[in-house]
Amino acid sequence: MFSYYLELALRSLKRSPGLTALMVLAIGFGVAASMTTWSVFRAVSGDPIPWKSSKLFVPQIDAWGPSGRSDKDDGEPADAMTYMDATTLMGAHRAKLQSAMYQIAPSVVPAQAGRHPLNVTGHAVASEFFPMLDVPFLYGSGWSAQDDAQRSAVAVISSRLNEKLFGGSNSVGQTLNVEGKDYRIVGVMNNWNPQPRFYDVVNTGGFSESIEDVFLPFERAIAVSIPSNGNTNCNAVPAESGFVGLQHSSCVWIAYMAELDDAAAVSMYRDYLTAYARDQQKAGRFGWAPNIRLRDVPAFLDHEQVVPSDTKVSLLVALGLLLVCLVNTIGLLLAKFLRRSGEIGVRRALGAPRKAIYAQFLTEAGVVGLAGGVLGLLLTGAGVASVGWVLPKSISDLARLDVSLLVITLAVAVVATLLAGLYPTFRASRVQPAWQLKSN
Amino acid sequence: MNMQIKPILAALRRHKAGTVLIALQIALTLAIVSNALFIIQQRVAHLSEPTGIDEANLLVISNQWAGDMSPQQIDAQILTDLAALRQLPSVQDASPGSGFPLKGGGWDNYVMRTSEQVEPTTDASVYLGDEHMLDTLGVKLIAGRNFNASDVARMVERQVVIPSTVIVTKALADHLFPDGSALGKPIYSMSSTPSTIVGIVERMQRQGVTNWNKPYAYESLLWPMRQDSGGLYYIIRAKPGQLAAAMREAPQALLAQNRLRIIDPKDGGSYAQIRERVYESDRGMAILMGIISVVLLAITAAGIVGLTSFWVGQRRKQIGVRRALGARRSDILGYFLTENLLIGIGGVAVGAVLAIGINLWMVTQFEMERLSLVYVGTGVVLLLLLGQGAVLAPAVRASNVPPVEATRSV
Repeated sequence: MFSYYLELALRSLKRSPGLTALMVLAIGFGVAASMTTWSVFRAVSGDPIPWKSSKLFVPQIDAWGPSGRSDKDDGEPADAMTYMDATTLMGAHRAKLQSAMYQIAPSVVPAQAGRHPLNVTGHAVASEFFPMLDVPFLYGSGWSAQDDAQRSAVAVISSRLNEKLFGGSNSVGQTLNVEGKDYRIVGVMNNWNPQPRFYDVVNTGGFSESIEDVFLPFERAIAVSIPSNGNTNCNAVPAESGFVGLQHSSCVWIAYMAELDDAAAVSMYRDYLTAYARDQQKAGRFGWAPNIRLRDVPAFLDHEQVVPSDTKVSLLVALGLLLVCLVNTIGLLLAKFLRRSGEIGVRRALGAPRKAIYAQFLTEAGVVGLAGGVLGLLLTGAGVASVGWVLPKSISDLARLDVSLLVITLAVAVVATLLAGLYPTFRASRVQPAWQLKSN
Repeated sequence: MNMQIKPILAALRRHKAGTVLIALQIALTLAIVSNALFIIQQRVAHLSEPTGIDEANLLVISNQWAGDMSPQQIDAQILTDLAALRQLPSVQDASPGSGFPLKGGGWDNYVMRTSEQVEPTTDASVYLGDEHMLDTLGVKLIAGRNFNASDVARMVERQVVIPSTVIVTKALADHLFPDGSALGKPIYSMSSTPSTIVGIVERMQRQGVTNWNKPYAYESLLWPMRQDSGGLYYIIRAKPGQLAAAMREAPQALLAQNRLRIIDPKDGGSYAQIRERVYESDRGMAILMGIISVVLLAITAAGIVGLTSFWVGQRRKQIGVRRALGARRSDILGYFLTENLLIGIGGVAVGAVLAIGINLWMVTQFEMERLSLVYVGTGVVLLLLLGQGAVLAPAVRASNVPPVEATRSV
């Protein structure tokens, strides 16, 4: 029976090619606009480390007090840490794994004579950074806790930098000249570039086009004064000059992450932070009650609003377009179905039950939806490919055309058109056979 | 025409579903299009704000030092670099800099009128440069004097140096001293050491232009200082019409001086490139909203054509009867145009409310401003005209139905 309805549907659609084309175009455009913007939204709102994000926490400690929050007093502590708080937390070592970190942009001088120096970006981190974030390695591994303590001149580099400097061969044990000093390479990461850059949202705003090429030990970078290339926010100008002055100041410029594996560990860590802030209050450094936060990665990303509002507005407007296209389709299907009242009357008079009318017309709607979906697929492909034209590259590059997007595009088109076809089909099934036969 | 409205309403009552669907489509389209037009206007206005500098001839080179150089070596190198740049045939002037207008964020400081003040008066974008900075940028000095060579201080990474002189923009001067007495006054920029305002420039955009910067638009301060660590920007003003030559020659001249430097091609550049980068998302949103609006209007127009055509087809017999009873072609044409206008008015009435509602909701959710009623009005006119235009072809076809149609049985 289905193949018979399919044939009827195709014949009916062929009879009014203009109307059919209009419906297919409307569905195609509506679905493509929604799916293209959704692919971007999906990319930027995704969880960068889904297997572990609920165990990774970002502690915040209020080092400024109420007077440091002049513009909007929502009681939120700064989203980065002072050097003093970060190093104290590192020293206390209360989490299973933890790392203080700051963004660096050192110059790297290639060993080969005559090659221009390169500017690379990366982070100064602790040894526990690598196991905590499950950083994949192509060669070697991260450095040891001993390297942290001894401020060893060791480095982890990206596979991209390894390709550029060492032709992609195993460079572990080789020397890397960073800011004029030699570092021993201990590990080469395997294409690691998580987006959003959850371990340091404060400095990247979440998304960054640049790839992190170099990781150095935190203590080492501080000791040789590799400056921070990230944001530095101060509530007062540091009392002392230079990089050391920054370390002694109340400026916030250090990101921090800790791994806490269960609820008990989380609550113990929260107690520790509160106790630390209370100690600072007692010592007279903080003139206010403990004000701390401990958010896991998804909550912190939400708090930092990493999904740009433009992305959300685009998605909403595109969904609005899809809605209008569906209303349009309801109207056109209604016109199309009711024009065939005579045919419906004859079928009903010959004994077809309402169910049969439903099957016939919903098949027709489904065919329109499928055709619209196929057009929508092509347009979504074009849309995802050209979305870089209208959205910032750091975000548009994340939008991917994959199997799940294709399947969802088709499914949305068919389901939406079937829903749009429900009312027109209901009206068609209500056609009175006697009335139709009589008036003919 | 007037006497036709009643029969039209009566006819519409027999086509409730179709009428409601067209009106709904018009309402939704109006709600979306007027908000989209508003967003387009906001973004276009934002990206056409003037910077106050000679953009057409300016070039910015991002220069990072490589290897191990002492601040003394760096300072000597900066001076040699500047001398070399200023000697290029295509270059009019050059200045060292810590940033540049439209950089997309950078150094900004709270500014206060007194040293005891706890709450800052305002926030200013901070620019460092030497005595060539004003001439290089092409900003207009409207009061006081330019920096001279002896004003220029040196600073290494994060050193706290507060120069004794400062040049401010008129916007900053007016914010700090609304009575117009800024010249010669001290200001305090996150320090108890004052800087005295020696000059006021007409206009100079901030480094950042995001929403956060809006309350402090055009509030900038210029300090005479060279940054002797890390890196700096060379701001170069080409002789009129010689920007392309300067863009070619300047990096070569710098590398000829010393190869131990990194010139980042993705940072700085000509102002065409700088604008493209900083306003990327604004331009993109405007284009996206434009595309969606056009598609929406096209689909709504096509929907009206489709549904009206169906109604014309359905009513051929009645039209024939009316024609046979003496109605003129213009009466039939008028009937369909009026019918569409009535549906359209119903649709835009709902749509206008919806447009304002959606906007109010977006104001609470996103960084969005209140919708100006001008855009709703524009949208209303646009949609009513679109409806009339869309209905014209089916209406003309209806008016061409011959009276003899009345006698046909099917």
